[in-house]
Amino acid sequence: MHILLARGGLNVMTLLGTFPSGIAQGMIWGIMALGVYITFRMLDIADLTVDGSFTTGGAVAVMLITSGTNCWIALAAASVAGLLAGLTTGILHTRLGIPAILSGILTQFALYSINLAIMGFSANKAVSVDRYVLAVSSRYINAALITGVIIAVALVSALYWYFGTEHGSAMRATGNNPDMSKALGININSMKVIGLALSNALVAFSGGLMAQYQGFADINMGRGAIVIGLAAVIVGEVFGEMLLKKRMNFYGRLLSVVSGGIIYYLVVCVALWLKINSNMLKLMTAIIVVIFLAVPYLQSVSHASFKKAGKNSLKEVR
Amino acid sequence: MCAMLELKNVNKTFNAGTINEKHVLKDLNLTMEEGDFVTVIGGNGAGKSTMLNAIAGVWPVDSGAILVDGNNITGLPDFKRAPYIGRVFQDPMMGTAPDLQIGENLALAARRGKPRSLRWGFTKKEAENYRESLKILGLGLEDRITQKVGLLSGGQRQAVTLLMASYQNPKLLLLDEHTAALDPKTAKKVLDITKQIVADQHLTALMVTHNMKDAIATGNRLIMMYEGRIIFEAAKEDKKKLTVDDLMRKFSEVAGEEFSNDQALLTR
Repeated sequence: MHILLARGGLNVMTLLGTFPSGIAQGMIWGIMALGVYITFRMLDIADLTVDGSFTTGGAVAVMLITSGTNCWIALAAASVAGLLAGLTTGILHTRLGIPAILSGILTQFALYSINLAIMGFSANKAVSVDRYVLAVSSRYINAALITGVIIAVALVSALYWYFGTEHGSAMRATGNNPDMSKALGININSMKVIGLALSNALVAFSGGLMAQYQGFADINMGRGAIVIGLAAVIVGEVFGEMLLKKRMNFYGRLLSVVSGGIIYYLVVCVALWLKINSNMLKLMTAIIVVIFLAVPYLQSVSHASFKKAGKNSLKEVR
Repeated sequence: MCAMLELKNVNKTFNAGTINEKHVLKDLNLTMEEGDFVTVIGGNGAGKSTMLNAIAGVWPVDSGAILVDGNNITGLPDFKRAPYIGRVFQDPMMGTAPDLQIGENLALAARRGKPRSLRWGFTKKEAENYRESLKILGLGLEDRITQKVGLLSGGQRQAVTLLMASYQNPKLLLLDEHTAALDPKTAKKVLDITKQIVADQHLTALMVTHNMKDAIATGNRLIMMYEGRIIFEAAKEDKKKLTVDDLMRKFSEVAGEEFSNDQALLTR
């Protein structure tokens, strides 16, 4: 057990003390999860670009802020950089016929070099809240929480509006039934490209927020972002369904996704409080995602399995 | 008067240059006037569905021209042909989006072939219109407009798809064995709805079927395909006088030896 747990007593107050910061970070991951939601749920694509574009967002934001740019303009620029990353994945997939998942991996791989280049070939860059005005910072958690809530609600509202429009409906249709969509005159390839671009713009935006919050951009800050995003999406959906039940509408679903990021990060806080080695967190996250993805499948299979049929058949054979 | 659909010497070969090469459409010619309702019969591999896919633009043809209402659409991919063409597929799951509401599906179809803007995709005012048009189906779906299409049966989904394909007054309605996957009772219901919609809206329609009785009883023209060509055609009075036996005889005349194989694929 000593690999997992370090020595020392457990103090509930210490745990509660980590919650505000956990919620703030969780909210930033939740915003990223909105991006993952677009590709994973709307377009039915697991887009691995996000591991790279999250870092891209952080790198662009930090470099611009440290060169004197306003933090909000820097965030907008970070989003544009993410948009270009998504555009690249989309073009690789739709124009060059590379499978979606591989397109994402290729872009992510290429972004490693690009992200390093953005940061002047250094693995991390600091942005101190003492020297620059930042949108969010771990030093001022209350302010960060308020800003986070405002941004999250604004983005959820914007997405709710967009997916209600003719264009957004066409995107939902593209992921749900591509054959029908084509028959109804929807250019599904351009829908996929736009969806990937939009998704990665959101991811890079949240990467820009995260870099400001933690006070630095790091070449590895996006590693595993897709898994955390998926965890947030599915955990949020499950808890959202439990809480809202029949009243679950699309707005509730989007809010659940953001809440999923917060829930995820609070679980991380508890894990760290339990003195679980922080290097084991990725293993834990992967296991959580596996469980949440597998349970609905196993439930559906358990109703009709060969094993069961075989067992039942014995009654007739004997 | 301009023809609504013109196929001029259309050719399509699949797997060209391989051992599986198959010349499916051979110098195919067909002209449909406005208001024509043509039924298409023929054995397996005759090219019926391939003809419909060629018209819909699922893939480009090798040679020949496809004109709809005088517009040359040969060079357009499927989604760009959508303003002209409404489609209903054989698979009842293919024509509707299961996770979207019935109303949302209809709203998508009501904008077929139009640019998708940032205006609201499904307004309250529209919902009233959709409720009215769902009543035509006589399936009680007008009260379930906010339900997801995935909850509907195959027959209900096919009926909704029909309604969707008829929106925007398409120049041409393509029905690809759209009742084949349904049970006989539901198939009859969907075919009745088809006839009603085509008649009410004066649509020009092309319907592939395996059922010879349906082919005779539906529409004003019948064509029989064999090995990528149209080998027999009957219209108006001639068509009304046709019997299933006539068609079987006609088919065996042309198909000869292979008839016995293909006969099983045609339903009386």
